[in-house]
Amino acid sequence: MTMTNDILFEINNLEVSYGSIAAIKGISLEVRKGEIVAILGANGAGKTTTMRAISQLLKAKSGSIRFKDRELTSMPAHKVVRLGISHSPEGRRVFGVLTVEENLMLGAFTRSRVNQKTLRWIYELFPRLEERKKQLAGTLSGGEQQMLAIGRALMSNPEMLLLDEPSLGIAPILVKAIFKQIREIANSGVTILLVEQNAKAALKLADRGYVLDVGTIAISGTASELLASSKVQEAYLGKKH
Amino acid sequence: MDIFLQQLANGLTIGSMFALVALGYTMVYGVMRLINFAHGDMVAAAAFVGLTVYTQIMGEATSLGAVIMIFLLTAIVMACIGVVLERLAYRPLRTAPRLSAVVSALGASLMIQNGIMLVWGPQMRIFPELVPQVYWNLGNVVISLIQVVILLLSLVLMVALYLFIEKTRMGAAIRASSIDQDAARLMGINVNRVIALIFIIGSSLGAVGGLFIGLYYRGITFNMGWQYGLYAFVAAIIGGIGNIPGAMLGGMLLGLFNAFIAGYISSTWADAFTFILLIAILVIRPTGILGERVAEKV
Repeated sequence: MTMTNDILFEINNLEVSYGSIAAIKGISLEVRKGEIVAILGANGAGKTTTMRAISQLLKAKSGSIRFKDRELTSMPAHKVVRLGISHSPEGRRVFGVLTVEENLMLGAFTRSRVNQKTLRWIYELFPRLEERKKQLAGTLSGGEQQMLAIGRALMSNPEMLLLDEPSLGIAPILVKAIFKQIREIANSGVTILLVEQNAKAALKLADRGYVLDVGTIAISGTASELLASSKVQEAYLGKKH
Repeated sequence: MDIFLQQLANGLTIGSMFALVALGYTMVYGVMRLINFAHGDMVAAAAFVGLTVYTQIMGEATSLGAVIMIFLLTAIVMACIGVVLERLAYRPLRTAPRLSAVVSALGASLMIQNGIMLVWGPQMRIFPELVPQVYWNLGNVVISLIQVVILLLSLVLMVALYLFIEKTRMGAAIRASSIDQDAARLMGINVNRVIALIFIIGSSLGAVGGLFIGLYYRGITFNMGWQYGLYAFVAAIIGGIGNIPGAMLGGMLLGLFNAFIAGYISSTWADAFTFILLIAILVIRPTGILGERVAEKV
C-alpha cells in the first residue's frame, strides 16, 4: 500500500440542498494520497449527492471541497476532470449509441491526445472491453457497462477516481471481478473514493470508511473498525446482535 | 417521364434547402431538447442580411468572389445572432420547465420577424440575381445553373458537417452532449461551448439556406421564415428529430414529395399533402426514419 499522510482531498462542512430540501447537512471528510475510502449508507443517505457535488454537477449551498489546495466549489463541472478527479457516475451513464472505443476516447477528451499506454492498461484490466470495442455501449451487459464507465474515467489519467456504486445491478460474479480490478487500479497509484450500498464488499476493499445517514456522517473509521462495529453490522451488514 | 425528371430536379433543389434549414432544428433539439421556433425567422433574416451585404458592402457586384463574400459575411452575421439568441433567450431558461423555453422560442421568432419588418419594411423585396440565368435543356427537362449550385453546395456542406460530427474531437463532444449532458461534463466537455457551437453551425447553415431561398424564389418577405421553417421542421421530424443524417434525408425526401405533388396533383395542394405526410409519420413512425429516441415533450 502506498498510503501516506498527505491529504489529497478534503471536504469541509459541505451542505447541498435540492430546493428547500437539505440533502447533505454539513459533512466533512478527507482522503489521503493512495487511499481507498468508502462512503457507505442506505438509499437516500446522500452518497450520490456528495459525489455529484464533488464533480460540481450539483452546486454546494455552503462548505468547501478542496483537491490539492484548489477549491472546487467555484468551478464549472467540466474543469474538475482537468485537475485530476475523474468520476464514474451512478448508473454508469455510458454513451449508449456510441461504440465502446468512442466512449473511451471521450474519456480522454481533456487530453490533447489519447495516451496509448493508458488505453492498453484499461484493456488489460477489462479484456472484455477490447473484445467489444466496436460494439455500441448500450448493447453491453450491466457489468460490462460498469467496466466501461470505470475505463472511461481512467482515460484522463486521474489522480483520484470517484466510483459511484460500481456494484449496482450487476451479477455477483462480475462484482467480484470488478472489485478485484479496483484494487489493481489503486495499486497503480490512483486514489479512490468509493460510494457503495454493498458495505461488506466495499469495506473489504477500502482502507477507511464513512457511514452517511440522512445527510450527516454517522460513523467513520478504518475499514476493520467499521466491519467490527456493531452499529454498522446491524444497519448495513444484515447481522443482528 | 418528363414531368418525373423535371420534378426530380426541382425536388432535389428545394430538398437541399429544406435539409440545410432542418439541420439547425435537429442539432439544437439533439443537444437541448428544444424546438428552436426562431430558426425559420433566422433563415428569413439571412436572406435580408444577404440583400444588404450585396447592396451596401459589395456594391452590387456579382462576381464569383463577391458572391462568396456575400455568403460568408451573411453566415458570420447570422452565426453571431444565433449565439446571442441562445445567450439571451435560451440559456437563462436551461433549467426551467421545458415549456418556458418553447414560449421563449416563439417570442424570439416574433421578435426576429418584426425586426426584419422594421429594418427592411413589410413589402416584398427582390433578391439580387447573384447566379447568372443559365439553363440547360435536356430533352424536355430544364435545369438551371442555380439549381446545380444549390444542390452541389448543399451536398458539400452536408458532407463537411457529417465528417465534422463523426471524425473530430468537437464533433464527438457534440454527440456526447446530445446523449447525456452531465456525463459529457464529467468527460471535461464544456456543454455551454458545445451549445454555442451548435448555434453557430445551425445558424450558418440556415443562412446559406436563406440565401438559396432568395436566389431560387427571388421574392423575399419578412414573414417567409414561418413557412420555410415549418417545412424544415417537418423535414427534421421525417428524418428523426435530433438525428443529423436524418435531417439531410428528411429534407431531400420532403423536397421530392413536394415537387411530385406539385407536378402530378397540384401545387396549390402541396402544403396540405406535406402536413398529411407529417401526420402520417407521427402516427406510423413518430421517431422518424432514422430516429431512435421518441421526441418526449414539447
